[in-house]
Amino acid sequence: MAMKNGFKRAGVLAVGTLLLGVSACGQGSTTKTPDAGGSQSAGPANIKIAYQQWGPGTVMKTFLTGAKAEYEAANPGSKVEILPIVASENDYYTKLQLMMRSPNTAPDIVYEDTFLINSDITAGYLKPLDDYIKNWGDWSQFEDTAKGAAKGQDGKTYGIPDGTDTRALWYNKQLFKQAGLPEDWQPKTWDDVLTTARTLKQKLPGVIPMNVYSGKPMGEASAMQGFEMLLYGTKDTLYNFDQSKWVVGSQGFKDSLNFIKTIYTEGLAPQPKQALDPNMGSKVGTELLPGNKLAIALDGSWVYSNWLKTGAKPWPQWTEVLGQTAMPTQDGSGKGKVSLSGGWTWAIPAKSKAPDAAWNFIKTLQTQKNATKYATDGAQIAVRKDVASDAGYKNSAKSTQFFTDLVSVTVYRPALPEYPKVSNEIITAMEAVMTGQSSPEEAAKNYDEAVEGIVGKDKTTTGQ
Amino acid sequence: MTTSASAVPVPTGKRAGRNGPPRGAKIVKMFPLAPAIGLMLVFLAGPILYCIYAAFTNMALTGTGAANVQFVGLDNFRKAFGSSAFTNSIWLTLVFTLISAIIGQNTLGLGLALLMRWSNRIVRNFVGTAVIGAWVLPEVVAAYLLSAFFNDDGTLNVILHKVGLPGQDWLYAAPIIAVSLANIWRGTAFSMLVYSAALSEVPKEIEESAEMDGAVGYKRLLFVTLPMISRAILTNLMLITLQTLSVFGLIYAMTRGGPGTKSQTLPLYMYEQAFSFSQIGYGTAIALVMLLIGAVFSLIYLRGLNSEAA
Repeated sequence: MAMKNGFKRAGVLAVGTLLLGVSACGQGSTTKTPDAGGSQSAGPANIKIAYQQWGPGTVMKTFLTGAKAEYEAANPGSKVEILPIVASENDYYTKLQLMMRSPNTAPDIVYEDTFLINSDITAGYLKPLDDYIKNWGDWSQFEDTAKGAAKGQDGKTYGIPDGTDTRALWYNKQLFKQAGLPEDWQPKTWDDVLTTARTLKQKLPGVIPMNVYSGKPMGEASAMQGFEMLLYGTKDTLYNFDQSKWVVGSQGFKDSLNFIKTIYTEGLAPQPKQALDPNMGSKVGTELLPGNKLAIALDGSWVYSNWLKTGAKPWPQWTEVLGQTAMPTQDGSGKGKVSLSGGWTWAIPAKSKAPDAAWNFIKTLQTQKNATKYATDGAQIAVRKDVASDAGYKNSAKSTQFFTDLVSVTVYRPALPEYPKVSNEIITAMEAVMTGQSSPEEAAKNYDEAVEGIVGKDKTTTGQ
Repeated sequence: MTTSASAVPVPTGKRAGRNGPPRGAKIVKMFPLAPAIGLMLVFLAGPILYCIYAAFTNMALTGTGAANVQFVGLDNFRKAFGSSAFTNSIWLTLVFTLISAIIGQNTLGLGLALLMRWSNRIVRNFVGTAVIGAWVLPEVVAAYLLSAFFNDDGTLNVILHKVGLPGQDWLYAAPIIAVSLANIWRGTAFSMLVYSAALSEVPKEIEESAEMDGAVGYKRLLFVTLPMISRAILTNLMLITLQTLSVFGLIYAMTRGGPGTKSQTLPLYMYEQAFSFSQIGYGTAIALVMLLIGAVFSLIYLRGLNSEAA
């Protein structure tokens, strides 16, 4: 009997040791960042700041490194850890969301795209900033639209925007001249754009006539720069704000897909294979446009940040070579031109261990001097009045005035938690059409079904 | 510690040998296994149970499904079977498994094993090294080599042009064929090894006597050799089918499931929904369906094995 007990004891001991080991591991991981928890605004703190690093551009990295030095000098003993997340569009959001799920991995400041922020607010990942903003004088400098950019459905503000953007057509005047086209290009309808692209294809073999981002690898860029720039030029939209319902089965949706189909099957766009490269965005900015290999690009106001001295591909001649013109609506009706606006915000995860210090760092990022610096280097459209009126910002680039003027026609994406899911269905439909896998009608039908599945059939309405 | 503890009682403990062990002893004997069982429960059964749970919820990485996870019953499965993207990936998975595993790896592996039996040592060593080399390569490396091979200006098209045949952009025009061929290239070694081992067990005398009775060439193969290794064939089929059903890295690195969804087999569809589109609940539901497909295949093969044994 005694032996048997000894036996048991051995077993218990073994299991016990095992459990001990497990709990020891657990402890190890929870105490990994020892000072972060205890230190609040008063004392020094460690803060981690996460942003997306993709392609060769280093504007954000340089900007954050400068702000880090400034902050660490002003707050002795504090440490700022810059956490570049090297990932393409969709992968970046996934990685960020996974990090924000646990207090062990949550950064203290994250860079959130406005299209996703409502979804992440609903997920409970972010901390409302109202208590901080209350005592922050600079907030009054922000435009009202910008203040609303990161507002949750509960009316609280969750992010501080650092700029916005508009979208239009960039075109290469030299190539237009070679093709016998006017250097002052003013397309009035989609057909004008297509006709010009066809002329370019015929006259300039070896040059890609036009780029419109499309397909899954480019993520939100496809949905916004590509598809929605078309859709919002038709009579239809994604979301009907009067009825608070998502639009399905609209003619505008099919027409927009048809435009994608036309340019990708007629060879007016890059090879679909080339366009389905997650690096397409930086390729357009650093290779195709500066290399005179692409004549027209439907792209964002910030593209020229690549060509600044601080950019990935300095190209001072861009101001002479490239022109900008607004994207026309489908048949020239409405305001005649269309633009969409987005932008990014700085937010503090709900599971951050040093939110007060994180807020102080956001304030450092948003001093008038730093905000102007980022708006200029990052080729942003200012959202602060003091930045917008700054002489240095106004004269920063030849295209600034053009893109700022587009604000009068610009449209914002439906800032709803379901939007990212709907956006995924848009890029799936685009990819099916551009590769010839589905007709625009089939792809639109699949999109309709998917949207009904996402938001519920009672929350959808038919188009005009 | 556990081993010494179990070694001690043998001389001094109760005489367990003849009348069978007493009841308590059985439980006691399980103790040394406890750590192993515990680990299995935590790291194997745990995730599987969690996966089953997640498949019936709206769990997501962002949006409402991230804040409060709710049971949604069979919604995820209903959504899957009603979606053309899902049925498309089921078809592609079956095509991929059929072409690359059941037909490709299996017959090619058997063929190589048979040929190598009859060839001399130098040829045997050379072929063996080449085939196993493909198998030993890390998956991503193999995928890169193969996308270079199938690329528009890759090796395959250069060869085709040399002999006067038209090439095509394999990864774009026929992606499922390209990844199937890639999987054959990579996986044949496994079947070859299994069959080489099985064939070496076939007694020479039987084959010789079959030859005396007039069974030559393909007849001897069909009526003598193959029936003798039929158990190895079934085992091999089961293993490579299950392996192929879950191939992810090779396809992801070569085509990312594209263009469109032309090479999006179930594992890729699952990954896209779960991690690109943040739908964890839906993604795990697809994983469960994949598990079921694997189970169906295994049952068929296992029945085959059992009837062989009977």
